[in-house]
Amino acid sequence: MLNKQGQRQITNALVFLGPACVFLVVLLVIPIIVDLVVAFTDMEQTIIVTELTTEQFRKIVRPNEDALLGFELRGSFYRALAKTAVFVFFTLTIFNITFGLLLALTTTALPDWLGGTFRAIWLLPRMSPSVVYALLWIWVVDPTERGLLNQILVNVFGTEPVNMFLDQPMALIVVANGFIGASIGMLILTSSIRSIPEHLFHAARVDGAGSLSIVRHIVLPALRWPLSYITVFQALALMVSFEYIFLIMGPARSTMTMAMLAYTKTLAPQIGSGQYAYGAAITLILIVFGTVVALVLYRLANMRSLLANPKIEVQ
Amino acid sequence: MARIELVGVAKRWGNTVAVEDMRTELEDREFVAILGPSGCGKSTTLFLLAGIYAPTEGEIRFDGVRVNEVEPKDRNVGIVFQSYALYPNMTVEQNIMFPLRFVSMEATEAQKQAREIAELVQIEKLLERRPGQLSGGQQQRVALARALIKKPNLLLLDEPLSNLDATLRLSMRSEIRRIQRELGVTTILVTHDQVEATTMADRIICMNDGRIEQIDTPENLYRRPNTTFVASFVGSPPINLVAGSIRESRFVAGERSFPLSGITETAEVWMGLRPELLAVADEGLPATVATIEPMGREILYGADSPLGFLRFLEAAPLPRFSFGDKVRLATVVENVLFFDGTDGGRIDGASLNEFS
Repeated sequence: MLNKQGQRQITNALVFLGPACVFLVVLLVIPIIVDLVVAFTDMEQTIIVTELTTEQFRKIVRPNEDALLGFELRGSFYRALAKTAVFVFFTLTIFNITFGLLLALTTTALPDWLGGTFRAIWLLPRMSPSVVYALLWIWVVDPTERGLLNQILVNVFGTEPVNMFLDQPMALIVVANGFIGASIGMLILTSSIRSIPEHLFHAARVDGAGSLSIVRHIVLPALRWPLSYITVFQALALMVSFEYIFLIMGPARSTMTMAMLAYTKTLAPQIGSGQYAYGAAITLILIVFGTVVALVLYRLANMRSLLANPKIEVQ
Repeated sequence: MARIELVGVAKRWGNTVAVEDMRTELEDREFVAILGPSGCGKSTTLFLLAGIYAPTEGEIRFDGVRVNEVEPKDRNVGIVFQSYALYPNMTVEQNIMFPLRFVSMEATEAQKQAREIAELVQIEKLLERRPGQLSGGQQQRVALARALIKKPNLLLLDEPLSNLDATLRLSMRSEIRRIQRELGVTTILVTHDQVEATTMADRIICMNDGRIEQIDTPENLYRRPNTTFVASFVGSPPINLVAGSIRESRFVAGERSFPLSGITETAEVWMGLRPELLAVADEGLPATVATIEPMGREILYGADSPLGFLRFLEAAPLPRFSFGDKVRLATVVENVLFFDGTDGGRIDGASLNEFS
């Protein structure tokens, strides 16, 4: 009897955990191992490996006696790192968090049908294909007088046309990513605001709180955990996200973040790609950075207790 | 402290009527309970008074001044919600002091008042805790302290005891009454528990289906219910209602008829008999014991009689009868109530001459 029960437990474990384990191994563990191995080879153009080498990492750093750790970052990689930091920081703080929060606060304050309509509009870019979304942005910021932005600037405000691609490339990709990214924060925060017991709002109003005080004392404290989650999750997602950068800017040096760099060096068509081992090395560093950022934010945001039990209920 | 008036107040959402034609007055310092089954509109009435809802019709007056358009924060009311609605991210002290943030007051003065009110509700040792670390009874006291700290004109209690266990409920009942007397604040308690209402309130507003059925003292509500609804809602175990008619000065029910005085015209009526006023006697209405429910101090019997199923109480620790026993039931005829068969209103002046 016990034996049969034991067998059944194993079968159950396989049925329930099996698929998740397979996905984890195939999509995460194996690629990381492959990346780790390839990063230390000279794989280029073809998948033939002739020697194991640390040559790829020498393209990223060069020895320098005066530097703190005995080496310094090479210019291209240093710039990629700085651009990634700028891109992630501004997209996250301005759009994914602040704008997402504002959208959630305003749309929940509106009547249900109106708030719902606004939220649906904000979800449209996420629902449309990335390429269509990117093409629309390209049209909006087209440097000639055909671009929507320039038409407005010239015809309505009477100013000179601008070329965002050249003048403000980082701002462009931050805004383009932010308009899509804000909707995730909006959805999560909206549902968090909705789950605050209605009696808390009633109590606060009777206690004398106005709208702003209610936001500050009732809503924001309840959003601490979802905000932590959005920060950690979106920071990681933005670090490795490059599709809109590539679709809007192409492999331009002005917006070459780490993820873009790795992609350009390996798979991007016709621009000196095919440096598989070099791309793998950059990706490896990206993985290390991602892990460090995740752990630091995890610690800062006290995610462990976030995952432990629900924080919104009163009792 | 204030005198509260409701003048023809109604609240509707589309076609749904929550409250209709509420008319009542509360004297300063009075403790009034709103009693009724769930969905009768009693909590809506409370929220109307707090200003959380605006009335669709009618006028609410505090000390004679219309407050329909006055925001909750400007009404100076305190409210204790059924769920207590404590702010989970604040300590007990911050919760109690929260209403004082919005009046200009020195921090030290606010703290002093918070301590005073905490002592009044006996939670002065819990000030540093958070709501999540408190028991139900303690949370309830915190909610009460927060409602009282502004020295409100009107204290509103929305089923404040329903989440507490039986013993705690008993002690909180007298506790709330003590605090209310001490502060002399006009108080409205919403409850579906008649014992809560009758033990705590000076007067009870009995509501059903969005309307007031009767406003009276607890005693009158029990002895002279205006309608069959009040008669059956107030009193436990519930009153026996026997359908019948009045013909030629006799109450006729089934094959039985009883002589009656005070009413002569033919009418369909309900006869109301309180179980505690029915007793087994040597002579009376024949009945057969069908159910026996020991309730500790008393035993509730149910018996089949020519008037249908009747409940009666016997004050005795052990059952005197068993299933199928033939008994005879008698009552004090002056206590028998009559209600109109169509609208359920009490018929005054009718009294039974004989019950057998």
